[in-house]
Amino acid sequence: ITEVCGAKRVGYFGPAQFYIALKLIAAAQSGLPVRIESIKNELPLPRFMAMKNDSEIRYGNPAEPHGVKFQVPHATLEKNSYKRTDEGDKQEPKSPPASPICSPPASPSSYQRTPLSYGYSKSRNGLEQQHGAAYEVRHSTHQQDGPASGNYGAKSARACSTLNRSLSAEREPPDSSAHYADDPWRITEEQRDYYVNQFRSLQPDLNAFISGSVAKNFFTKSKLPIPELSHIWELSDVDCDGALTLAEFCAAFHLVVARKNGYQLPETLPETLLPDYLQAASLKPIHDCVLFDSYSEPLPGSQQTRDFNRPEKTSAEEVPDNSGLIKDTSKDDKQGIQIFVVLLSVKFYVFFFSFSVAQESIALRARPRSRSYSSTSIEDAMKKGEEPPTPPPRPQKSHSRASSLDLNKIFQQNAQAARSGWLPPPPPALPPRPSVTQAEQVSEVELHPQMTRPPSQTEENSSAKKEAVLTQPPSKPVRRKFRTETQVLENPELSPTINVTSSLSAVKPHLPVQKQSSKQKRAIQTAIRKNKEANAVLARLNSELQQQLKVRNALKNHNGKARLQSLL
Amino acid sequence: MAVCIAVIAKENYPLYIRSVPTESELKFHYTVHTSLDVVDEKISAMGKALVDQRDLYLGLLYPTEDYKVYGYVTNSKVKFVMVVDSSNTALRDNEIRSMFRKLHNSYTDIMCNPFYNPGDRIHSRAFDNMVTSMMMQVC
Repeated sequence: ITEVCGAKRVGYFGPAQFYIALKLIAAAQSGLPVRIESIKNELPLPRFMAMKNDSEIRYGNPAEPHGVKFQVPHATLEKNSYKRTDEGDKQEPKSPPASPICSPPASPSSYQRTPLSYGYSKSRNGLEQQHGAAYEVRHSTHQQDGPASGNYGAKSARACSTLNRSLSAEREPPDSSAHYADDPWRITEEQRDYYVNQFRSLQPDLNAFISGSVAKNFFTKSKLPIPELSHIWELSDVDCDGALTLAEFCAAFHLVVARKNGYQLPETLPETLLPDYLQAASLKPIHDCVLFDSYSEPLPGSQQTRDFNRPEKTSAEEVPDNSGLIKDTSKDDKQGIQIFVVLLSVKFYVFFFSFSVAQESIALRARPRSRSYSSTSIEDAMKKGEEPPTPPPRPQKSHSRASSLDLNKIFQQNAQAARSGWLPPPPPALPPRPSVTQAEQVSEVELHPQMTRPPSQTEENSSAKKEAVLTQPPSKPVRRKFRTETQVLENPELSPTINVTSSLSAVKPHLPVQKQSSKQKRAIQTAIRKNKEANAVLARLNSELQQQLKVRNALKNHNGKARLQSLL
Repeated sequence: MAVCIAVIAKENYPLYIRSVPTESELKFHYTVHTSLDVVDEKISAMGKALVDQRDLYLGLLYPTEDYKVYGYVTNSKVKFVMVVDSSNTALRDNEIRSMFRKLHNSYTDIMCNPFYNPGDRIHSRAFDNMVTSMMMQVC
């Protein structure tokens, strides 16, 4: 039988070989000659000796050896095995794992186990079971351990049950599955989707990292022993930074799943689980995406979407540092995924931005090695000459400005306003800004839309109309700080003074107009506070600009290098 | 090519010790143990200076007729001790330093593993492989 089905030839039992072999067994037991043609007949299931293991008794008949279907005894299904409906009806078969070195069945007992294990649909715990022996037999079947005590916990049970369901599902004809070369270390589409969803449950931004402790808790739920988990981590954390990217996470998860299904962990990471490989794979269209329908955006579009991303972020988040930092933390090799996240559907505009601010803090927290752990702070501080982690971003500026405005609310409002597509053109109405030069106005107009939009949104939605207006002047000067530094060459002399005067003048007319309501009083107070902050900033800026002014004057007047140096 | 490599924790208990499998393994363990005194001496001697200025590589701790012992300490007081056979054509200082650097790098990689609790024995296979590559090949 082994020879006829082809296992001898290829050296292992792929699914094709296995199915044929089982069919031939059935044929032989029915008295038919063992030949390839025999499998064409309609045959009863092959009969195997009863096993002592109660799990096998429960599972009853082995799976039908016909090359396509597998019966899954329903009694054996765990309650939660089908709960993950978002897996959908992933009928894609899991690429059948096979160990290329496995030998044809030596003993009938071990052989019997495998068809029965095919019928298993539970997720199991790794190690206690009889599959210590079964490991050696290692057919191309999906060997799963017997029902053991541990329950993985909902998540991984579902992972394995997904695999199981795919086992039990309709299978493609053997020829197309040969494409995967029976590689247990290759991640199928449905597995990938599952892993991505799991990643998302731990870390909403697909570009950010899962920190070590979070991942540790997650994988500990799998009830694998710690040394094994430690080894899995070692294998999958390729850049050894104590955090898992999406690709690394998929690899780790896949290894956990494989381990729970009885595969020995490899010594080195298989090529198909390398992050580079996985990322290249992830850039292909991913189907069945639950949340994002633009996953299939091709990579060439990445560049423009990145640029698109940038202004989108700058405008909505209103601090240029933020966008820089987000790009930084996202690590350019995750471009593909980043694009998917950011892409056009406005639905995830909200999603992304409501998380983005949290994201960068999480990502920044997760990324540097020295921040991952609580107990190893000293040792972590001493890494191999790695520079200190990037300082926390400066969104405090935006936060301080917007402390009376909820960022999330703003972005959601923004998104709601932007339902129709890209953000609407900036509202033309601006608070009066007397004595502003043309250049200033142009820059202001650019700045204002980004800032007036959130304030205008709050205007619409909250009764603190004045609050919004009041927060405008302080926000603009703060914003201006970044802009004028780039524009300082254009009109250095005018900007600082005008800035100060205009902001002050803008503030003054508003104050007397205030009505005396408690809410507005509070608003006034916050506005006053902000104004003070803004003034401080402006004063600083002023002095800097004065300094620069002096330098420029010195240059203009050709006062000589020495004088210039003394100024600098 | 080292004969014995040991990683000692801050509290002076071994996290990892591995010798070339000869009969006198215990002797190597004793050697490492006694060399800890020398390490402490060196650390305290330099303690007056700022920690930054202290070199991680301690150099030759003490030579015996059969072998030499080199030391390396990290900023978190984790010590690496290496016993090298004297008969080996004198390994240059740079080579020893590079070996310690590799050890240090592997050690930090282990640290990154969230499943590793600092203070545990080191069981990492990657670390083992790296150490094996540095050990002498027993003929």
